Amino acid sequence: MEKLIFEYHSQSTAYVPGSETAARKKYIPAEYLAAEELVLPQAAEQDVIRHFTALSRLNFSVDTGFYPLGSCTMKYNPKVNESVADLDGLAGIHPYAPEDCVQGALALIYELEGFLKEVSGFAGMTLQPAAGAHGEITGILLIKAYHQQHHPEQKRTVILVPDTAHGTNPASAALAGYQVRQVKSDSQGDIDLEDLRQNLGPDVAALMLTNPNTLGLFEKNILEVSRLVHDNGALLYGDGANFNALLGLVKPAELGFDIMHFNLHKTFSTPHGGGGPGAGAVGTNNELIPFLPIPRVNKKGNKYSWDYQQKDSIGKVRSCYGNFLIAVRAYAYFLALGAEGIAKVGRQSILNANYLMHKLENYFPRPYPRLCMHEFVMTPHHDWEVSTLDIAKRIIDYGFHPPTIYFPLIVHEAMMIEPTETETKETMDAFAAALVRIAAEASREPELLKKAPQNSPVGRIDEARAGRQLILKYEKRRDAR
Amino acid sequence: MDYIGNTEADNQAMLRELAIASAEELLKDIPQDKIISRPLDLPPAASEMEVRKRLRQLAGQNASVADFACFLGAGAYDHYIPSTIPVVTKRGEFYTAYTPYQPEISQGTLQSIFEYQTMICNLTGLDVANASLYDGATALYEAVHLACEHTRRNTVLIAKTIHPEYRQVLRTYTKNSPVTIKEIMFTDGITDLTELKRQLNDQVAAIVIQQPNFFGCLEDVLHLGEMAHEHGALFITSVYPISLGVLKKPSEYGADIVIGEGQSLGLPVSFGGPYLGIFACRQEFMRKMPGRIVGESVDNRGQRAYVLTLQTREQHIRRERATSNICSNEALCALSACVYLSSLGAAGLRDVATMSLAGAHYLAEAIAGIPGWKINFKAPFFNEFVATAPVDTEILNRKLLSKNIIGGLPLGTCYPELKKSLLFCVTEKRTKAEIDNLINVLKEEVV
Amino acid sequence: MVPKELKYSKSHEWVKQEGNNVVIGITDYAQEELGDIVFVELPKIGRQLKQQESFGVAESVKAVSDLFSPVSGKVVAINETVGKQPELVNKEPYTGGWMIKVEIAAAGELTGLMSAEAYEKLINEGSK
Repeated sequence: MEKLIFEYHSQSTAYVPGSETAARKKYIPAEYLAAEELVLPQAAEQDVIRHFTALSRLNFSVDTGFYPLGSCTMKYNPKVNESVADLDGLAGIHPYAPEDCVQGALALIYELEGFLKEVSGFAGMTLQPAAGAHGEITGILLIKAYHQQHHPEQKRTVILVPDTAHGTNPASAALAGYQVRQVKSDSQGDIDLEDLRQNLGPDVAALMLTNPNTLGLFEKNILEVSRLVHDNGALLYGDGANFNALLGLVKPAELGFDIMHFNLHKTFSTPHGGGGPGAGAVGTNNELIPFLPIPRVNKKGNKYSWDYQQKDSIGKVRSCYGNFLIAVRAYAYFLALGAEGIAKVGRQSILNANYLMHKLENYFPRPYPRLCMHEFVMTPHHDWEVSTLDIAKRIIDYGFHPPTIYFPLIVHEAMMIEPTETETKETMDAFAAALVRIAAEASREPELLKKAPQNSPVGRIDEARAGRQLILKYEKRRDAR
Repeated sequence: MDYIGNTEADNQAMLRELAIASAEELLKDIPQDKIISRPLDLPPAASEMEVRKRLRQLAGQNASVADFACFLGAGAYDHYIPSTIPVVTKRGEFYTAYTPYQPEISQGTLQSIFEYQTMICNLTGLDVANASLYDGATALYEAVHLACEHTRRNTVLIAKTIHPEYRQVLRTYTKNSPVTIKEIMFTDGITDLTELKRQLNDQVAAIVIQQPNFFGCLEDVLHLGEMAHEHGALFITSVYPISLGVLKKPSEYGADIVIGEGQSLGLPVSFGGPYLGIFACRQEFMRKMPGRIVGESVDNRGQRAYVLTLQTREQHIRRERATSNICSNEALCALSACVYLSSLGAAGLRDVATMSLAGAHYLAEAIAGIPGWKINFKAPFFNEFVATAPVDTEILNRKLLSKNIIGGLPLGTCYPELKKSLLFCVTEKRTKAEIDNLINVLKEEVV
Repeated sequence: MVPKELKYSKSHEWVKQEGNNVVIGITDYAQEELGDIVFVELPKIGRQLKQQESFGVAESVKAVSDLFSPVSGKVVAINETVGKQPELVNKEPYTGGWMIKVEIAAAGELTGLMSAEAYEKLINEGSK
């Protein structure tokens, strides 16, 4: 294992031309100057580089291998996207520079909004949210503003969320001050229409729905769901985490969604950065446009400008305009694929997932044996003496990233697998072969799975100890131990 | 270019194994009339060369801090980015990984976040820091949310000298909620403490101050912690991390929660994002913190190892009762900050801060000497200050642009009382020659 | 493991009567379901609880469970040791892992609780 950067003791490299020590005391009154010592690493440039290079090698990533993490859409991150995002004329623009000298940036935002509208069917778009969950809270605030303006006398205080939903859905709804009511899934894995009817009432503001849902299934009754929700005066919110399945195939607005967030870091190939930055654009129908965050980008003739004058806008959800350099990457992705390429994405992701599912279905039970969309859920055999966790850890030994595990919550011991359209048959065959071997090991040599992973930089970590003896930062005195 | 790796033959082979004639058979669950039947109205596919060309064309229409001497700050700072940072953050192992759900194969991300958390704790003097939030503005909202939850009170006193966009974001989130935001006016560039005292009572959840404030001025923060605590309120401080190379740590004046925009720690100005929301607090509030947190433990081979911890606070476990809805954060930006602070060390950070403030004071003194110009506030400042121009600020800034200078931020939109004023910023990147150039143009314009 | 001398709630707390007070903890079944407990949050002494009111939480690495008071009354003692060593709840759920002591306000509530036999039946049905 690599030591901590704080455990190096070499001569730090100087990056600034001078120091002007006297200026500190001259201009800053003594009572504002730091009294305590500031402890930061002290390491020469070569040690810094070796340290972080060593750390990088402890990571699994899309660039190092197959990463079938369900609902995360770990598709290949094209390198040209990275390269263009570094252009000085993009990375080096100050957000408050005068509009005249950022016309290229505004054009890019305007055009990307247009591309997203085209593939989703929505009339309005904002790129301001910084992540999927941030898009959710933005969307919920839009819904709140909409209901308040259109019928202020009604008390719509509830948001419905299916039991298969991502945890961010109820968390976002609660954050906006809504009560959350859960709707059941039926025996087919779709939202239960009867339970939906029971739960819909004059107090419901919206239903948040993921389609395909987190079981990897297309909500067959989506048109009926949409009708029920709208007849009730509520809105239909789409969680776009799984939009990859529908990209180029179906426009969510045409299925009845009023509003949806996109995860540019899932569907539009921008990298996930080990947990972010992502970007969470939000698309809306016509009626919700007045409430979108400010500023909105406008185009008049060939000139682009920011429009802050929207009296009904919910305001700003973030400083500036969103994660611009992530938008740059998504824009480059749209340009590269073009109309023909985008049209293939959803279909290929569905074909790949069904193929992989087919290769595995004789070895791992599936709770809902139906055609899947871009991902599928399976479980261990109940006569195996191993858990999903054990299987996941054993997958690491075979050189692959494990699937999403223990989600969705309604499937006991769930494993959720999403290959994405960029993976080849060859890669999926190798993964399937590994899983078939793991299935055999699970019934014959379960110990192999329980001891796994062995081929990883560290073995299983004592998470209970991490939770009980909380060590959340490095402190020098602990060296004494 | 579609990045699909399968050949047509592969696809046919897969269909054969699935025993279907066409991939369309996989779409049976979708209402058939909803399947897109017309070509999408998108540009035609482009080669990598064409993509690059188009992006270069767009980039060429923007003024970049690489070509212009930038005197704009206001929360987004043009500091020098050491070459070590892109070398690390452009490693595919870092930037193409997901959130570290499988710790055995994510130690690189986990350990770097642990190091980042340590650095933020050391900079702020507080006990715990999270793995990052979206940006400074959303971090401020999260801090206010925590303070209201903790104190079970709903009134928040926020200085009007806090970044206007941060206050806008706070208003968006708290509109139609029980939380009341009271803005405290300023006198001579810093928060009016008499007014603050007048508004402070036992209903107040938190006092929120920015140090240095939006105008670059140093707030009289030294007793604010005590003042807040006497009334059972929390003291939230928004910081500019570079300034902590020389200024007192917020813990030294009683801050309970410290938030800030971390962009200055090695991230480009990027037209506003991705940025880095810093969040640190005292131990007492740890279980109410938003976002991911990494902790140290051991593996089954006895090695030191890192893992996401305190996860029961989070949305994937607590759902509607989570402390926040955060899932993605800004991990790669936190990595940039980690490499930045590792590269500079405490002495390097102090040098960056000192060079910046020295340059700003040099510029301010020169502007004060130009007839008709006025430095608005007498309060001590860090590397930004407000000056009032005897000429139209828009015309002035246009003139500056023609000389490859990006001038100060006109303040009239956010502070109508400062209609003819500009907020100037100087970082260590501005050379004496660049500053002198600016001064010369300002002089010419007066004549 | 379901000690005969205790009374039980449907939400998997046990109750032991000690004169006018009751001692409350969570059952062996409950700790098993939660897994390694890493944190227990207990109320302040003096708090008035209603029957079925949440008095705290027990957290494992990946789950949270509310703790409900099977009786109404005033909290007269809490187990500080469990705050520092939450693993006691896993190791000794019925002894060292007790959580709070409550001075009962309505003795009648005790008769509404389950016997060991009834509770055993409940968990056996639940695990099928």
